[in-house]
Amino acid sequence: MRALKNPLISLAAALLFGVAVQFGFNEYIQLLVLFVSVNCLMAMSLNLVNGYTGQFSLGHAGFMAIGAYFTAYASLHWSFLPPSLSALTFFIYAIGSGLLAALAGFLVGLPSLRLKGDYLAIVTLGFGEIIRVALLNMDFLGGPRGLANIPGFDSFYMSYAFAMLWILICFFTIWRVMKSSYGRGFLSVREDEIAAEATGINTTGMKVRAFVLSSFFAGVAGALFAHYTNFINPSSFTFLQSVNAVIMVVLGGMGSMSGSIAAAIIVTVLPEALRPLQDLTGIDLRMVIYSLALILVMILRPKGIFGELEITDIWRKYVRRSARS
Amino acid sequence: MSDVLLEAKKITMQFGGLKAVDSVEFQIKKGQLAGLIGPNGAGKTTVFNMLTGVYQPTHGEVMLEGKSLKGLRPYQISHRGIARTFQNIRLFKGLTVLENVLIATHQHVNYGLMDTLLQTRKFIETEKALEEKAMALLEIFSLQSKAHEPASSLPYGQQRKLEIVRALATDPKIILLDEPAAGMNHSETHGLMETIAKIREQFNLTVLLIEHDMKLVMGICENIVVLDHGVKIEEGSPKHIQNSKRVIEAYLGVEETL
Repeated sequence: MRALKNPLISLAAALLFGVAVQFGFNEYIQLLVLFVSVNCLMAMSLNLVNGYTGQFSLGHAGFMAIGAYFTAYASLHWSFLPPSLSALTFFIYAIGSGLLAALAGFLVGLPSLRLKGDYLAIVTLGFGEIIRVALLNMDFLGGPRGLANIPGFDSFYMSYAFAMLWILICFFTIWRVMKSSYGRGFLSVREDEIAAEATGINTTGMKVRAFVLSSFFAGVAGALFAHYTNFINPSSFTFLQSVNAVIMVVLGGMGSMSGSIAAAIIVTVLPEALRPLQDLTGIDLRMVIYSLALILVMILRPKGIFGELEITDIWRKYVRRSARS
Repeated sequence: MSDVLLEAKKITMQFGGLKAVDSVEFQIKKGQLAGLIGPNGAGKTTVFNMLTGVYQPTHGEVMLEGKSLKGLRPYQISHRGIARTFQNIRLFKGLTVLENVLIATHQHVNYGLMDTLLQTRKFIETEKALEEKAMALLEIFSLQSKAHEPASSLPYGQQRKLEIVRALATDPKIILLDEPAAGMNHSETHGLMETIAKIREQFNLTVLLIEHDMKLVMGICENIVVLDHGVKIEEGSPKHIQNSKRVIEAYLGVEETL
């Protein structure tokens, strides 16, 4: 199948890289790699709504929570496949998480996407908080104590391969959608809603589509998160988690997949990379430097690291320029 | 009459206490090139907004081919066959010229999410056909060489043309042009007149345009509707309009005897 060529090549490359991480780094770095991949999924999916469709959503953690709780509950209480097939079971649960989050996205999106700008931001923020407070009060989901001992993968490599599989599914789904007529529809909504309607685009329909697809992958990100931490409680999915996703999208560049991935890596790794500094100076400067770095990037590159460009665009530009000279 | 394409039936638009348009009635026949004129603030653009569903008329209704457009959203009206351009250009500025046109072809897309993800033959062929169609349209307006440039980089006159191309890409039955010649110089306006005549012939289109350039309106329109203060004051051929006392009064004021 020609359609699967690029995804499979990318998967092979990612798995090969995983071997290096497996043998070359300690468990701390390995866990960091897994968190980077969860954040990658969060950033890429939010970029679809905030970056491409131009709708400011602040409730991404809510969808992540729905996905995480579904997977956690399912892996703790259900078993319909033998334990040796746990990876397949987890894959099915992840799809379930995504679908449940997508359903929530549909239910929230349908009424609220008629709002614009700040108003939509407030509504989605409210939604995220409702989910969190609801979880706090659901006893069968552990209430404030959350769910513990969630089964994970047997080895780092399995976790890593699982993450890469989902990242590539997410990446190629969004990439291909953006290169289709639906993707152009999303962009037209961001550019000018009145003109989009006049040219025959159902703008509400487009926004709901983007929202549903985005929530699906946020739910999957939640599922991965549950497996990797083995413990979740409502405070894993606070408003700050949503803001974190927005920071990644804005930092990378609204409407750039490469940007989202790069920003997810930076936002996850930078605070950790600054830890040795604390040992050295004796004071915790991490968050100070982290915030300063964010401020500097926004001053120097107000449109984000990548702007609206992709790494392929930059590559093409560079090759063309060097070919000319 | 069966050859009426678009009909406004006593449409009224009330904004609070202000009647922007009051019981305006007119018919546009299939293939006709009609003009809508009137002094500033007469309600011309409001009429356009009612015809395209941006506003729902407070009273009255718009009929397209004998079917009411009441309650339809703008995109649904676009699917029925009314396309429009805007007085203050509304292009998708950040996107390329080609993308601007392709977006307007979305209503003819028949592939779904699975075709997109698996890059099926249906997807590839549809995308190719749409792009060819878009390029052919751009060629009519000699914009094909700019296809991959951002729409915002085009000079003003070409942006106006691109808006017309985008409207044509929806395969409309009737196209509404809101001041297509605004801000154009004499020779550009002349070129535009020729293009409008050409596309009308080629696409078997009906055209309704708002224009302040009387030379353009009188030169190409077959039927002219004149609005003033939201009321239709005259309708007829250019010759009839030119000699109408009420039109002259609306534009120039009433002669006072001292």
